[in-house]
Amino acid sequence: MNTLALGGSRIGYEVRTYFRQGDTVFFTFLFPLLFLTIFSVAFSSQSFGAPGEEISAAAFYLPGMLAAGLLLSGLQNMAIDIANEKSDGTLKRFGGTPLPVMSYFIGKIGQVLVTGILQAALLLLVARFVFQVDMPTDPGKWVTFAWVFVLGVTTSAVLGIALSALPRSGKSATAVIIPITLVLQFISGVYLSFSMLPEWLQNFASLFPLKWMAQGMREVFLPASFEVLEQNESWNLPGVAIACGIWLVVGLIVTRLTFRWIRKDS
Amino acid sequence: MTSESVVLVENLHKKYGHFTAVDGVSFDIRRGETFALLGPNGAGKSSTIEILEGYRDRTGGSVSVLGVDPQKGNLDWKAKLGIVLQSTGESGNVTVREQLTHFAGFYPNPRSVDEVIAAVGLEEKQKTLIRKLSGGQRRRVDVALGVIGRPELLFLDEPTTGFDPEARRQFWDLIRSLKAEGTSILLTTHYLDEAAQLSDRAGVIAGGRMVALGGIDEIGGADARVPVVRWLENGIQREERTTTPGALVARLGEPDGLEVIRPSLEDIYLGLVGEVSTGSTQRVSTGSTQRVSTGSTQRVSTGSTNDVDATADEGAAL
Repeated sequence: MNTLALGGSRIGYEVRTYFRQGDTVFFTFLFPLLFLTIFSVAFSSQSFGAPGEEISAAAFYLPGMLAAGLLLSGLQNMAIDIANEKSDGTLKRFGGTPLPVMSYFIGKIGQVLVTGILQAALLLLVARFVFQVDMPTDPGKWVTFAWVFVLGVTTSAVLGIALSALPRSGKSATAVIIPITLVLQFISGVYLSFSMLPEWLQNFASLFPLKWMAQGMREVFLPASFEVLEQNESWNLPGVAIACGIWLVVGLIVTRLTFRWIRKDS
Repeated sequence: MTSESVVLVENLHKKYGHFTAVDGVSFDIRRGETFALLGPNGAGKSSTIEILEGYRDRTGGSVSVLGVDPQKGNLDWKAKLGIVLQSTGESGNVTVREQLTHFAGFYPNPRSVDEVIAAVGLEEKQKTLIRKLSGGQRRRVDVALGVIGRPELLFLDEPTTGFDPEARRQFWDLIRSLKAEGTSILLTTHYLDEAAQLSDRAGVIAGGRMVALGGIDEIGGADARVPVVRWLENGIQREERTTTPGALVARLGEPDGLEVIRPSLEDIYLGLVGEVSTGSTQRVSTGSTQRVSTGSTQRVSTGSTNDVDATADEGAAL
């Protein structure tokens, strides 16, 4: 039985079970959509940006919500999901079968990709057709969107797998992981405009990948006039690629070193 | 003999810090055999079985499972095993059929999903989400997942906990049919009647040591199987152990409450486990002394002590 075919079978299984869990669907899948809606409605009378280049609240918050989706579907979803599987005996059962660990990971990453793509598509559709946000027409922007999305969601998923070792039990998983993702979202320009933050906080947030994912998304969806608000007045796409790439490698190494079906002799 | 053993355990030790859970256990399981590992909670059964399954590393001794050291078992090795763990609590957001179909895909030569569903009696529930099943039904799913890969060696760790009597009988039939196909089985259970029904041989572990090992009809030795004759004499219960109960009954005539009791595996087991704890736990040994008849406590305990040594020697010689 080959690893890839089993990985494919795992993806189908993972996606099916994902959508059968009501709480995950709400807090991971629909959360960014919920916040996009709240912000768009709450700030509907305001406009953002320089005179002549104003955009609506929905357009202003869309990139941040797409980035939040990457973090939630990847990191938050994986860390809580795997911590639960560790404590409820799912992983122990797999450990007693010939399922390769790599197939299990393919299933997880596949689940994140599938649900992340559906989530982003939903956000874009609602932004476009409910809140009348203009979409980029330059194909180059969509190429940027594609690589920021894929790199971002993969990095986020791998970091989630690495972080799943942190909670001591499935019950504490939510309590351990959600504060991390929540703080990251507040300091990385998802809920609060990044340019409003003090410089030291911007520099601190730059240590983590979410700030870079949000910046990449802003490059795609915001008008060029917003570029001056960024750090060093630049979208800095190479920086986005480098920061996400480094965190991807860190996540892979931690996962490689820490992931076990079960902790022997614990 | 060794070449026919699917499991070979020699002088197995397992320590957790300063606590010794398994203290020099040796036994083997021959191909096609059903072997019951019995013992009280905390005796070292689960540690032993988890070492064999590859879930734990041993501290000392040697272990071979299907010719492989479980600490080095690869995926091909795991494909030949079926494992029914003691406890499971998965969220179960899949149906019985989906779960079995998915797991069948892990194995090179799985059983048919329909057959397995029928064998565990879940035809009616095959399209129900596992989390909506009762405890006993979920346990049947565990058993189904353990056998779906057509294992050569099946580990059953307290498989029938939570089963009603009918489900237990049905499970016994399933195990007998697996046995008929040549599956080797290692069973742990707290139901001694189950062990007596299903297994060919048994080992009793207490305090991390194997205190008895032998055929299911021989374990504990002949002395422990001496029938008990019980009757009422002037309203007082009397009993006597004798190898010739017929003669005794003939002599007694027609007393009230006459019974001839052959010690069950459970009686013999409690005698064995009581023996071990005599030295350490007073409370337990009192309990078991009461179980064994009052008149013959002395004889039974000496008998089974001798017998422990005899069977242990037999075990070492295998």
